[in-house]
Amino acid sequence: MADTLLKVEDLALHYRTRGGAVRAVDGVSFDVKRGEALVILGESGCGKSSLARALMRLLPRNLAHHGGRVRMGDTPISELSDERFRREVQWSRMALVMQASMNALNPVVKVGEQVAEPLRELKRWPRRRALERAAEVFQRVGLPLDFMARYPFELSGGMRQRAVLAMALVAEPELVILDEPTSALDVLTQAAIMNVLKELKRDLGTSFILITHDVATSSELADRVALMYAGELVEACSAARFFGEPAHPYSRLLMKSVPRLHERERPRAILGQPPSLLDPPTGCRFAARCPERFARCEASPPAFVPEGGTGEGAAESRHRVRCWLHAPSRGGEHG
Amino acid sequence: MTLIFPEAPLVEADGLHTWFELRQWGFLRVGAVRAVDDVSFTLARGEAVAFVGESGCGKSSLVRTLLGLHRPTLGEVRFEGVSLAGLKGAALKAYRARVGYVQQDPFGALPPFLDVRRILAEPLKVHGVKDRAERERRIRAALEEVRLTPVEEVLGKFPHMLSGGQQQRVVIARALILEPALVIADEPVSMLDASVRVEILELLRNIQHRRGLTLAFVTHDLATVRHYAERIFVLYAGKVVESAPVEDLLDAPQHPYTRALLAALSDPDAANATRLREVPGGEPPSLIDPPAGCRFHPRCSRAMEGLCDREVPPDFTPRPGHSAACWLHL
Repeated sequence: MADTLLKVEDLALHYRTRGGAVRAVDGVSFDVKRGEALVILGESGCGKSSLARALMRLLPRNLAHHGGRVRMGDTPISELSDERFRREVQWSRMALVMQASMNALNPVVKVGEQVAEPLRELKRWPRRRALERAAEVFQRVGLPLDFMARYPFELSGGMRQRAVLAMALVAEPELVILDEPTSALDVLTQAAIMNVLKELKRDLGTSFILITHDVATSSELADRVALMYAGELVEACSAARFFGEPAHPYSRLLMKSVPRLHERERPRAILGQPPSLLDPPTGCRFAARCPERFARCEASPPAFVPEGGTGEGAAESRHRVRCWLHAPSRGGEHG
Repeated sequence: MTLIFPEAPLVEADGLHTWFELRQWGFLRVGAVRAVDDVSFTLARGEAVAFVGESGCGKSSLVRTLLGLHRPTLGEVRFEGVSLAGLKGAALKAYRARVGYVQQDPFGALPPFLDVRRILAEPLKVHGVKDRAERERRIRAALEEVRLTPVEEVLGKFPHMLSGGQQQRVVIARALILEPALVIADEPVSMLDASVRVEILELLRNIQHRRGLTLAFVTHDLATVRHYAERIFVLYAGKVVESAPVEDLLDAPQHPYTRALLAALSDPDAANATRLREVPGGEPPSLIDPPAGCRFHPRCSRAMEGLCDREVPPDFTPRPGHSAACWLHL
């Protein structure tokens, strides 16, 4: 559990558009330990899906800039050539379940064949062996075995989502990235899929990055939460801390905006809108909407630093915040 | 706070059935999709209600029937005491002005080639507001009401120049501009971000209070309902299985389906990640050939053999004002 599976430093993905470069992912750093589930939480347009693409090197045609250092175990995967990355990492060590991919299954190929396909394509396994392995994964994700011979249209949305998940898992990747895996599904189906993910995490020790905008869903799997805003991470900490007492003003406001089933307190909206990623503000990107801003926030950008200042153990602290309220140099200004 | 409504209800739905016929080769009747199957309720003036259910439960068909877009196969909708079935021509047009509709996908609901001024002028023109200055006045008032300000800047914008939340405000302004008595909102915030959702729901709620109009929400998200409606109707497979005042339903659900829905939902909490949720097996039934008896019985852990799988449960009243169509409350 203790060792780091994925270490990401300064990841960037910028798109070229007519208006200039859109800085969708703009210097993102985090790590994921083996067997850990990290949730990347963020509102639409914050760059969270681009983050998944940047990690998987699924790069768009209008790419302006893709950079950063990514290590997986002992392998510096960002150093690999595209060809080696595709052969050695993509889908085999790191798999991605894209948003709405359950609707992207090939309609004329049986589901079992599609789930077995990564093994046949990537590892050159013979068909029979690949299908046997696919059958095992079918059971893991709670799909009846006779569904292997069915076509996608014969499956409900929840069943197709399980099939897509099986496809991602079939080559036994160490890390599975899930981009909004349940957002198109009904409440009960969502809960069932989240149950499957919890079981996979427990039984296989797979690491997960779950990308979502839904705070309640994120708490269903998260060991850790990283909150993204306008292309940057603004806070990363343990799930207990994030859902209990987060440090960044945006995290706190976001938690207050969530309607709760069993609480009488009214949710509150966060006023204003995120900044344009074409030309983000020079200071803190959240400053314009932040009720706690002060002069420094709009003047210069805060760094993503360990929460609680430079005290002992801060360097190893996995709680990081991008906010001048929590900057080490302000430590003395309090009280 | 108890509100008393002395007048007749605004909307009465009486034994409503909306079935869609299935035909083979264009003429042979081979069955029907029973999207709405014997649903009755009344909506009082000035109240907000929520219809909650999963996709395919018939909630959109119900909405479209209330809007007069589908003719009910059986039963009727009465609006201010008048049946919709008999409305034609000018009377039907007048009804449409009394009912506002807020669609789910704001971008899809707004014509991309019209600016905000023209989008809001359209219903006024259709309903005979000929005076240009009068139209302009009402358009500006509507934008003020949904707090799309400065109005001057918004008027000339096209939908793609607005954020999702702003687009939804335009849709709401359009729904309100003819001063309806009833506003129907079909999943008004499901396409929006969490932080914007609350803003839109608050806006709808404030306008509803201020104007005293009746608001009918359709949603799949029980968590958002508590603060934005007074009563909830839970739909399953074309039927209302439970209805009650909001607090009552959320805190003391009486139907096993509602209980399952609530058990599947979570408030954000780090402990959620370590527990598996109880989810009833199976999936909602086909509306072409729904199960006999209670439609939830094949998935229900408390189904009683010989009863739930044979007899359709009537509405029982386990608590005052709280009805549940479940044999457990016999």
